[in-house]
Amino acid sequence: MSTEQSAAVKEPSMLQQKEMIAEHFRELSRTGETKKKVVYTFVPGNLTELLLAFDVLPVHPEINALQSAMRQKAGAYIGEAERIGHSEDVCTYVKCDIGMKRLGNVGPTGEVLPKPDLLLLSYTGCFTFMKWFELLRQEYDCPVVMLHTPYQGDGEITPTMTQYMVEQIRQQVIPALEKLTGKSFDEERLRELMRLSARAEDDMVAVLESAKHKPSPIDAYFGGVYYIGPMFTAFRGTQGAVDYYAQLRRECNQRIAAGEGPITPEGTSPKERFRLIVEGPPNWTHFREFWKMFHDEGAVVVASTYTKVGGTYDLGFRHDPTNPLESLAQYCMGCYTNRNLPQRLDMIVKYADEYSADGLLINSVKSCNSFSAGQLMLLREFERRTGKPGGFIETDLVDARYFSAANVKNRIESYLQMIVQKRTAGAASVDLAAAASLVRSLPVINQGGAA
Amino acid sequence: MDSVDQYVARADALYHDVSYRSVAEWKTRTGKKAAGHLPVYAPREIIDAAGMLPVAMHGAGDQVEIIRGDAYFQSYICQLPRSTIELAMSGRLDDIDAFLFPSTCDVIRNLSGMWKMLFPKKFVRYLDLPQNFDRKVAGRFWAGELRHLYADLCALNGTTPSDDALRLSLARFSANRRAVASLMALRASEPWRAPAAEAYLIIRAGDVMPVEEHTAFIEGYLAAAQGADRPMRDYTRVVVTGAFCEQPPLELIRTLERAGCYLVWDDFTVGARFLEGDVSLAGDPIEALAQAFLNQSVKNACVYEPDGKKGEWLVNTVRDTRADGVVFAAPSFCDPALLEQPMLVTALERAGIPHTSFKYAENLGQFQVIREQAGTFSDGLRLWSNA
Repeated sequence: MSTEQSAAVKEPSMLQQKEMIAEHFRELSRTGETKKKVVYTFVPGNLTELLLAFDVLPVHPEINALQSAMRQKAGAYIGEAERIGHSEDVCTYVKCDIGMKRLGNVGPTGEVLPKPDLLLLSYTGCFTFMKWFELLRQEYDCPVVMLHTPYQGDGEITPTMTQYMVEQIRQQVIPALEKLTGKSFDEERLRELMRLSARAEDDMVAVLESAKHKPSPIDAYFGGVYYIGPMFTAFRGTQGAVDYYAQLRRECNQRIAAGEGPITPEGTSPKERFRLIVEGPPNWTHFREFWKMFHDEGAVVVASTYTKVGGTYDLGFRHDPTNPLESLAQYCMGCYTNRNLPQRLDMIVKYADEYSADGLLINSVKSCNSFSAGQLMLLREFERRTGKPGGFIETDLVDARYFSAANVKNRIESYLQMIVQKRTAGAASVDLAAAASLVRSLPVINQGGAA
Repeated sequence: MDSVDQYVARADALYHDVSYRSVAEWKTRTGKKAAGHLPVYAPREIIDAAGMLPVAMHGAGDQVEIIRGDAYFQSYICQLPRSTIELAMSGRLDDIDAFLFPSTCDVIRNLSGMWKMLFPKKFVRYLDLPQNFDRKVAGRFWAGELRHLYADLCALNGTTPSDDALRLSLARFSANRRAVASLMALRASEPWRAPAAEAYLIIRAGDVMPVEEHTAFIEGYLAAAQGADRPMRDYTRVVVTGAFCEQPPLELIRTLERAGCYLVWDDFTVGARFLEGDVSLAGDPIEALAQAFLNQSVKNACVYEPDGKKGEWLVNTVRDTRADGVVFAAPSFCDPALLEQPMLVTALERAGIPHTSFKYAENLGQFQVIREQAGTFSDGLRLWSNA
């Protein structure tokens, strides 16, 4: 999840992540020689540790799509997909990916991505995933293994759900990987990878929670998408990820000690004027411009839901090497979009309190009904439960046609003005209350009597 | 025996009853509760066995002005959830005691969570249909979910769970599916005897009728329709697919036929025939229903296709019904139908089957463009297909 545009300060963790990603794509480009197998899978509910235990290389199509958008390639790819019959109404990640494949499948580093040897359909929290891999199966004519992650419709994970997941992993996913690689499943190796995952997860949570400080040393949305990169993709369970998150945590601590705000592409954030929660994925076609709209206003995102799509570690989940398959199952079912709407609302309300947020801003993306359907209700309920103002903007993931910079900027500015008015009104009401209290405490003079 | 017109008039009245008065009357008559479910597939046998009336909810069509519903959804969300919310907020769903939301798509999934927040006193259940079709692994999961649902609905309705009650319901719905299949077969063989809009209404009557009554209703209609004197027209035979959740307006179905298309197969009411054939009455009835879903369900965009033969069913349907072409009719913003469509198109093109497509919304009011498009498609097939 890196951007090519940044000319700003580069902290060591940023360089570290950039090199990790570059190396991963180099490895992917060398599979012709190394004969390593390639498995396409999705970010939410990914089984990275299990894949790494078999020495296969994961590819995440939604990451390719967002990278294409950041490199301004998505428009051509989406156009190609629509030209061959994909509807303008559906997810632009899918169309971007299909278009990229049809136009040569060149990845973010400029090298051709290898075809999948297996599609691991980690069907977690998004209906479109299922159709996406049915489409890719038709494109690549390769095998698919389905991992159906039951949704937390009643806001809980039941033993039946866990058993279903574990049986799928044990009886279908693992045999498919064994068949693909010719290797036997090594549970001890999986445990070791999960031990490393848990260490990195501790540090990542510390980084995300550092936003509770004032000023926040991070932006938990725009910066957050970089911070979750290694954890949510091909690196969880590696020493590289452990090192990366340890370094990132040190940098955050340094900024806290120095009283500094987040580092942005425009430089270090100016004075923190607004602390926001953001719900929904970002727009990737205008990512930097979008971020700058917040930066210019001194608005810092202190908590976001998008950074929980690949796991809700801040709610306490850690990969548990003592029960590896059960833990993988729990991980998948706990991802943000696999939680029902009341659970999502509870999380956001909790963030408002814990992160001392001024309000909730929803970036509603046209492409993603998993996120978007019900967001207007989330907004209303958030306002009702917290008394804090909500704002609503609409963009898309990777289709630039749905990003209207002027509209988005106007909406953000209006929303921030609303927060200011609310503060002013709040302060005024506090003043009035204090004055009333003072009046009540004064001795009564001439009560009821005419002079 | 009633006439065709009498059957159609009754079905039409039920179709237009978006306040579910017939459900309220049934509840008053029986003293039992009703459970509604959204499209596409829900295990209605479980509801029936719990002594409740299964109610298939398909939104409000073009019959209700959407005011409150629009306040809950962005412009790029389909129409069905808006009208469903509208019905509920206006009190029209007050007689429905339980609501089931199948895993048709993310919009219906999230609507289940909205329902929990909007109507905390109602029974709300998300039905996570297995997308893994392994008989053992998914069978155990789905049977567990069905058992859980059955126990909860029985508790809600004050009835005692019973295998006998379940078997009776399995048998009732198998009989109903046979009747629906007979009607579909008549449309495929002699579509002029059961016009599409008429057959549609007859099947949709089962949304609110007790199942055994609906089975008799279809059988009565079939007998009447077979005896009716209706002219065969020189129409093109088409299969219509994509309209399995949010329903097309009745007028749109009529428009397609007026444009010269006999709809010899469609998926408008596929929820009523999602399982093909009878469900076994041997052994544990819950297991039987779970296995029927895994082994006897139709291909549909809302469920995963594990065998990778995408579109084969559509090609076979075209051949089995001797259709001349396929009309893709999908609701705007319908993820399942629209994501599925390119794969189906690929299968059709490989088989050399002509197709056309359009989108609609349940409250569409203008049909001229669709009529012209369908008419052109129909004319093209009839006049030029052998050229």
